[in-house]
Amino acid sequence: MKSRKIEEFVFKVLMIASVTLVLCILAGILIVIVMRGASSLNLAMLIRTPEGGYYLGKGGGIANAIVGSLCLAFGASMLSFLFGLPIAFGLQKEYLGRRLARMTRLSLDILWGIPSIVYGAFGFIIMVYLGLRASLLGGIITLALLMLPIMIRSIEEVIRMTPSELKEISYALGATRIETTFTVVLRQALPGMVTGVLLAFGRGIGDAASILFTAGYTDYLPRSLFEPVASLPLAIFFQVSTPIPEVQQRAYASALILLMIVVLISFVSRLLSRRCSRHIVR
Amino acid sequence: MPHISLSNLTIAYGNHHVLQNITVEIPNNQITAIIGPSGCGKTTLLKSLNRLVDLYEEIKVAGEVRIDGVNIYDPKADILALRKKVGFLSQKPYPLPMSIYDNITFGPRIHGIDGKNLLDQIQKLEKHIPIDSLCPNGRQKETTPRKNHEMAYLVEYYLRLAGLWEEVKERLHAPATQLSIGQQQRLALARALAVEPEVILADEPTSALDPISAQLIEKQFKILKNHYTIVVVTHILRQARRIADYVMFLYLGELVEHGPAHDFFNAPRDQKTRAYVSGEIS
Repeated sequence: MKSRKIEEFVFKVLMIASVTLVLCILAGILIVIVMRGASSLNLAMLIRTPEGGYYLGKGGGIANAIVGSLCLAFGASMLSFLFGLPIAFGLQKEYLGRRLARMTRLSLDILWGIPSIVYGAFGFIIMVYLGLRASLLGGIITLALLMLPIMIRSIEEVIRMTPSELKEISYALGATRIETTFTVVLRQALPGMVTGVLLAFGRGIGDAASILFTAGYTDYLPRSLFEPVASLPLAIFFQVSTPIPEVQQRAYASALILLMIVVLISFVSRLLSRRCSRHIVR
Repeated sequence: MPHISLSNLTIAYGNHHVLQNITVEIPNNQITAIIGPSGCGKTTLLKSLNRLVDLYEEIKVAGEVRIDGVNIYDPKADILALRKKVGFLSQKPYPLPMSIYDNITFGPRIHGIDGKNLLDQIQKLEKHIPIDSLCPNGRQKETTPRKNHEMAYLVEYYLRLAGLWEEVKERLHAPATQLSIGQQQRLALARALAVEPEVILADEPTSALDPISAQLIEKQFKILKNHYTIVVVTHILRQARRIADYVMFLYLGELVEHGPAHDFFNAPRDQKTRAYVSGEIS
């Protein structure tokens, strides 16, 4: 009897310890970034582009990277959602057979595990082959490839959680598979899908390696799909690798901005997904 | 000529035979109860009548189910038309993830019934069950059949037919999930009726409900049987006694006995039926 209670206690302690660890890591990152970056964070950083000598500690900001990153991440999210949604629906047993679906899932899981620099190299080869140079479009396509497995797998999970009885009701009323998918399953899975898109967005906006060759870097705001574009992760990388302390501080300020964007997006998506879940059947 | 007649219907999941050689004619405009212990194929038999069994994998169906003279398992049979003709009520009510109003209009919309067709459908039904007879004493129907507002009239009519209108008329556009489970089952009934079926299948429709809600459903069934053929699966013997006009007794996948309710309960011919009715086996 006693040993069972000890077991219970040990596992409780383990759980609390792991939760604390996770919270400490998050707090640690936040503290370091805020302490180092908050002092150089100012309005100019948000709204101005780098001026001559910015990387030597002179005036300017990283508006180019902020806008660039947002363009890249939103564009890639939209593109991969556009392709991901039909695939996620297709993985249901009503459409693809069990075996084909399992193979697709396996490939997606492998793709998920591929390091982003490999996506970057792959994207670069394709672009060279097509005669494109580093550009916003190239970055968006490469990022979309990187996001696709996350997007599909997380959306597919929520679609699979739709109770089969709910689909049965739709079929019993004489609805076809497509009608059931679009009117019943889509509505039911909508809040979960928002979370899936957010996950992919989060990975996309924070990734540096895949856009290093494909999107390039520039000190100007993005003007066209076919010109290079700046991004926050690369801005952080370039600034933190200079020997000048002021510029290094700016790297932390940039990281803080990136973090705030991610927090803001998760907050908005939470709100959105709560709005969509009004009709959800539990 | 009865709507539904089964001959030598045999259903197997893989190698497991769920139903064996069922041959029976289901009488029109009566409530037929399928009774029997759990796991004896009652639900499978019910779901074979609108081909919902098709959704299960590895299912094999042999024999014939004729509805209005057409074998519904004929490869050329129109499955969507079949499901329009044969409505279904599940054990646990599942509202579709949309508003109360949209739950009712879901069926008519997917079948493309609108405008004049809608009015014709209701007027035909009103000859049998006038809407005023569904209103409580001294109350009048509240929606009038105006042009372009046919849907609203249809919603009121079917909600009244299911005995739910008075409880939801103030909040037709609220999510259907806000309803109590008893109300959800009556909503499911209204939703099934709205595609104007000729047969209603109900799979233990009261088993998830409280006694008062269950009574309401039974009362609605007694009103509806004048115009619809109703088949109810139940494992509550007393419910079968209360509502059934015709009874089928299934035991381990075989149709042991069937006949008019009065004869069935008072003078069962088969040994097993006698044991079941008297409560010796369950």
